[in-house]
Amino acid sequence: MSVRGLAGLAVFVAALLVPALGSRFYTFLANDVIIWALFATSLNLLVGYTGLVSFGHAAYFGVGAYVTGILMKKLAVPFVLAWPAAGVVGAACALVFGFFCVRLTRIYFAMLTLAFAQIVWAICFKWNELTGGEQGMPEIPYPDFGWIERIGASVPLLGGWRTAEYFYFLCTVLVAASLWALHRIVTSPFGRMLTTIRENAERAEFIGVNVQRYELAAFVLAGTFAGLAGGLFGIFNRGVFPDFAYWTKSSEVLIMTLLGGMGTFFGPSIGALVLILLNQQIVSYTEYWPLVLGTVLVVLLFGFPGGLAGAVGALSGRLLRRVRSA
Amino acid sequence: MPDASFVFAQSLSGLTAAMFLFLIASGLSLIFGVLRVLNFAHGTFYMLGAYLAFQAMLWLGPGPGRFWLAALGAALGIALLGGVVERVLFRHLYGKEELYQLLFTYALGLILSDAAKIFWGTQQKSVSRPPELAGSFSLFGATIPQYNLFIILLGPSIALAFWFVLQRTRAGRFIRAAALDRETLGALGVNVTALYTGVFMLASFLGGLGGALISPMRATTPGMDTEVIVEAFVVVVIGGLGSLWGTFLGAVVYGQVLSFGILFFPRFSIFAVFALMAAVLIIRPWGLLGRPLR
Repeated sequence: MSVRGLAGLAVFVAALLVPALGSRFYTFLANDVIIWALFATSLNLLVGYTGLVSFGHAAYFGVGAYVTGILMKKLAVPFVLAWPAAGVVGAACALVFGFFCVRLTRIYFAMLTLAFAQIVWAICFKWNELTGGEQGMPEIPYPDFGWIERIGASVPLLGGWRTAEYFYFLCTVLVAASLWALHRIVTSPFGRMLTTIRENAERAEFIGVNVQRYELAAFVLAGTFAGLAGGLFGIFNRGVFPDFAYWTKSSEVLIMTLLGGMGTFFGPSIGALVLILLNQQIVSYTEYWPLVLGTVLVVLLFGFPGGLAGAVGALSGRLLRRVRSA
Repeated sequence: MPDASFVFAQSLSGLTAAMFLFLIASGLSLIFGVLRVLNFAHGTFYMLGAYLAFQAMLWLGPGPGRFWLAALGAALGIALLGGVVERVLFRHLYGKEELYQLLFTYALGLILSDAAKIFWGTQQKSVSRPPELAGSFSLFGATIPQYNLFIILLGPSIALAFWFVLQRTRAGRFIRAAALDRETLGALGVNVTALYTGVFMLASFLGGLGGALISPMRATTPGMDTEVIVEAFVVVVIGGLGSLWGTFLGAVVYGQVLSFGILFFPRFSIFAVFALMAAVLIIRPWGLLGRPLR
C-alpha cells in the first residue's frame, strides 16, 4: 500500500474514532465535514479534473437530498434503497442537464449550470405536495439500525451510543467508499483523459477523443456523487429544504473546493474541514461570518491560487530544498 | 380570463419591475462586455445604493426634491465606491480564469454586504415615496402610481442616453473599441486603464441608481443583493451578454413572464423564468440580441 493509501486509511480510522472523544458536538461537526467533503470532491471531478466550472452543483445535492428524504419519510423505503436512489436520480438529472451544458464553453457553461440549478430550486420551492415547498420537509427519519443497535448495546465498548452516532459511522464508511471509488475514477485511464481535456481540449479532439462525451460522463459521475452526498445530508440535517439547491450553496461548495486546492484529490476534503471548523469558530465570536469568509477568499485568490493543499505543498517543497542545501 | 384593465395593470407592473432590472443588468452587461468579468458583486452595489439613499434621506429630512437629491447622491456614492474597488481590486482579475473571477467577485459581494449589515443592521429600511410623485392616476380602468410611470419612462430614457453615448460620442467609441480589442486601443494612445475605471464607475452608478430608486417601492433588506443578482443574470443571458438593447429586451421579457406567470400559473412563474434562461442558452448561447464571443 502506498504512503497516500496509508494516510487515507489513517484518516478513515481517525474519523471512526471521533465519537469516542465523547462529545456529541464533535461528532456532529465531523459528520457535517465528511458529507461536505464528498460533495466538494464530486465537484472537483468537474472543476479540478475536467476544467468545467459548474456554478450549479447544488442542484444534484438538492435532488439527492429530496429523493432520499421523500422515499424514507413519505414512502418508508429503507435506507439501503433510498440512498442509492439519490445517486441514480442525481445521475439522471446530470445526464439530462449535462447533455446541454457540455455543448457550451466557459462562462456560458457556468451560466447554464446555474440556470438548471435554479430550475431545480424553483421546483423544490413551489411543488408543495411533493417537496413541502418553501417550508421544506422536516423530520427525515434515521435509517433503521435495529439489530446493529441491539448488538452494539451488548458489546461493552460500543454501548450507549445514540442513533446519531450510528448514523455517523454509517456516513463515514459510505463516504470513504465513495471517495475510494472517486479516487479510482480519477486515476483510471478515463480520469487521465479528463485531465488531458482540461489541459487542452482541442488537442484531445485531434487525437480522436470525443471530448463532449467524456465531459458528459464526468458531469454524470459528479452528479451521482453529489446526489449521494445530498442523500446523506438530508438525514444528517434532520430535514430537506429548497435552499439545498439554491445558487449560494453552489458557491459554498466551489469555495470549499478552491480553498482546499482543486488540483489535488484530497484538497476539497481539506477545504470542507477547514471551512466548517473556521465557520464554527468564527460564529462563536461574531455574526459577521460572510465578512470573514469573503476576506479569506480574497487573500486566498490573490495569495494562494493553489488552495491550502497547494500552499502546504509549496511550503514543504521550499523547506525540503532548504534542508537539502544546508 | 381576467378583464382587460387588470391585464393592463399587471403588464405595467411587470414593466416597472423590468425597468429596475434593466438599470441593474445594463451595468452588469457593460462590465462583462468591456471588462470581460461577470461581476457577482454588482447586486451588492444595488443594495448599497438603496441603503445610501435611505441614509441620505435621514440626513436631508423630508421635503420637496429631497428624494431626488438622495437618490442621485447615493448613485454617485456607489460610483465612487466602484471606482475605488476597480482601482484596488478588480483590475487584478482581467484575463484571469472565469472561476477566479466568479469567486473573487462573489467574495467582494460577501464583504460589502456584510459591511452594510454592520452599518445598517438586519432590520428593514424603507424610504417614503417622493411627494412630487406620491399620487396616482387611472388609465384604461387601472390605477397606476405616478412613481411607477416615472420608472417606466426612465428606463427607455436611460437606454437611449446610453445608446447615444456609446454610438455618438468619443468616449463611447473608446468603450466599444475597448470591448473589441483592448491592446490595440492602448497602442493607439488611449488610456485604457482610466477607461476601464470609468466604465466600472458608470456601471456601478447604474446599479446604485437602481437600488436608490427602488427603495421607496420595496423595503431594503440584507439578502436583496443575492436575489437581484440572479435575476440580473437571467436578464443579461436572455438578451445577450454585453448587448445594450439585448439587456433592455431581456428585462422586458423577464418582467412580463414573471408578472403574467404569477397571474396565470402562480406555481410556475419562477420556474418559467429560469426555464427561459436555460432555453435561450441552449438555443442561442449568446442571447437574443447578442453576438457570439470570439
